[in-house]
Amino acid sequence: MIVEKIFNKWILFFLFLIPVLGFIFEEPYYITLTTKVVILGIAGIGLNLALGYCGLISFGHAAFFGLGGYVTGILSFHALNSELIFSWPFVTSGSSEMLVIWPIVILSSAFLALIIGLLSLRTTGVYFIMITLAFAQMLYFFAISWPNYGGEDGLSIYMRNSLPIINTMDPLTFYFICLCWLLIVIFISAKLINSSFGMAFQAIKQNEERVKSVGIETFKVKLLVFVISGTITGLAGSLYTDLNRFISPSVLNWQMSGEIMVFVILGGIARLYGPLVGAAFFIVLEQTLGGYTENWQFWLGLILILEILYVRTGILSLFEKKFKYEK
Amino acid sequence: MSSILFFEQLLNGIQFGTMLFLMSAGLTLIFGVMGLINLAHGSFYMIGAFSAALIAGLTGSFWLALLASLSGAAIAGVLIETLIIRRLYRRDHLDQVLATFALILLLSEGVRWCFGAFPLYLDIPENLNGTLPILDDIIYSKYRLFIIFMGLLIATGLYFLITKTRLGVRIRAGQNDRQMISALGVDISKLYTIVFALGASLAGLAGAMIGAIQSVEVGMGEPILILAFVVIVIGGIGSIKGALIGSILVGITDTIGRIFLPELLKIFMEPASATSVGSSIGSMLIYILMALILIIKPSGLFGKT
Repeated sequence: MIVEKIFNKWILFFLFLIPVLGFIFEEPYYITLTTKVVILGIAGIGLNLALGYCGLISFGHAAFFGLGGYVTGILSFHALNSELIFSWPFVTSGSSEMLVIWPIVILSSAFLALIIGLLSLRTTGVYFIMITLAFAQMLYFFAISWPNYGGEDGLSIYMRNSLPIINTMDPLTFYFICLCWLLIVIFISAKLINSSFGMAFQAIKQNEERVKSVGIETFKVKLLVFVISGTITGLAGSLYTDLNRFISPSVLNWQMSGEIMVFVILGGIARLYGPLVGAAFFIVLEQTLGGYTENWQFWLGLILILEILYVRTGILSLFEKKFKYEK
Repeated sequence: MSSILFFEQLLNGIQFGTMLFLMSAGLTLIFGVMGLINLAHGSFYMIGAFSAALIAGLTGSFWLALLASLSGAAIAGVLIETLIIRRLYRRDHLDQVLATFALILLLSEGVRWCFGAFPLYLDIPENLNGTLPILDDIIYSKYRLFIIFMGLLIATGLYFLITKTRLGVRIRAGQNDRQMISALGVDISKLYTIVFALGASLAGLAGAMIGAIQSVEVGMGEPILILAFVVIVIGGIGSIKGALIGSILVGITDTIGRIFLPELLKIFMEPASATSVGSSIGSMLIYILMALILIIKPSGLFGKT
């Protein structure tokens, strides 16, 4: 574990280094890529809380990612054309202030996670996997058939949402905003995991019956984890919309849920930095293999299958083992 | 007018439902016997459709193409089961989900590699083209009636296979107690391969038959796979009866909902917004149905608790 901690420090170091290098050598593309890694990493860290630490195999986290994205897109869309979103029961207009958007994103993703959690946590095992998947698909089809915000074509926002004083249109500045969120999310997750609540939800993964028998209401614990997890992923969705200045139903698709899951598994399940490493690996793979062949997903599939059949514990564990023997 | 439309849509719903049944029967069987969640089941639907399109292109015969869809998907099923899936039975659901998710990527890209990115077309045979009068003033597509007929035929066939044959006894025994039947001398790994291939070939057949109405393209399997999941969650995972009833229920709800919900809403709302709200809710209707059923019965209509 100690080696993993040193490795994690290196990850943070690179997260500061790469975009700065990108800035110095005037390669803004690398800044954008690293921003993408950070945002997808946040989404993965959100899922990891439910999936890795609590054993809730959610195959529908795209729902939160997409909701966060759409809330951001819709608010900003209305701010630009200065139309009201709705005038009843209270007057609501759009906004392009991140400081306004973020709390709304957090509240709405938490609310969605509460509803989905209440319904799907009644079930376990395969049913839970399929129900979370189905809820995400439900939102996906809703987004496709709802014409007001672009339907299948998606919604473009022409200006990135803003913060006071700072210029968010600058790639490096926006990157550091995302990095701040990453550090906040990692900090919160670490605190949660080591709290007594964290002990409870990690124990549920091992044996729910026993946790029940010591008098903990496991349903409430699981629901709370699910809500926190969904909220973090929703926040990542909001940042993702701002990064691309575009949102389309494809982020709600089941493939997105699968990809977020892949980040968690590739990096190493129930490891704090695992999803970040997984996301980085995924993006690097996409960039390098995608340069050689159109069919890079074929190789991704192959690597994944080999990982699941033979390695089983993710990239971070490779470092752990290697150093363990040297000790 | 409205009752004719309703009847026609009802038939469309049943036709859609029978195809969903072919998908979900295999899915639920594989889960029931081997305890495996197979996300790659949609890929067999795609492989079946592509095998059919290939053979139809070579020979021009629709019937040979249907045969090719069955055997193509079955061969792919046997290969994939023995190479990869077999190692997943003892793993937890998370590993199964991910490995079969990876398989989707692998198979989709593999097929794209072989056949290119453009959709292929599969022609309906001459004698199934056109329409057939059913009642006085209702006419309906012959091919869609054929699909319904095939679906019902296979449902009956499966019923006899499961209840009346030796293989069926083994499958049912496998669902109840895996260790016991292997202790009784049944070659369990062969049984697993057979069940997997059976499921895959049913999916392949469905792919070929739907491919003739729509187009044959990469990624065609996943939308219907997710519907098949909804079906087996509604019907109860592992139950073929549940899969049949769930399929028809989902098929009819989806088809009727999309057509009639906008009409229904027009009574209360202005037409333009009724159409958009209605079609949005219509496309979500089966998921709402699923949520309702789960609130009443968390293990599905025919699932074991």
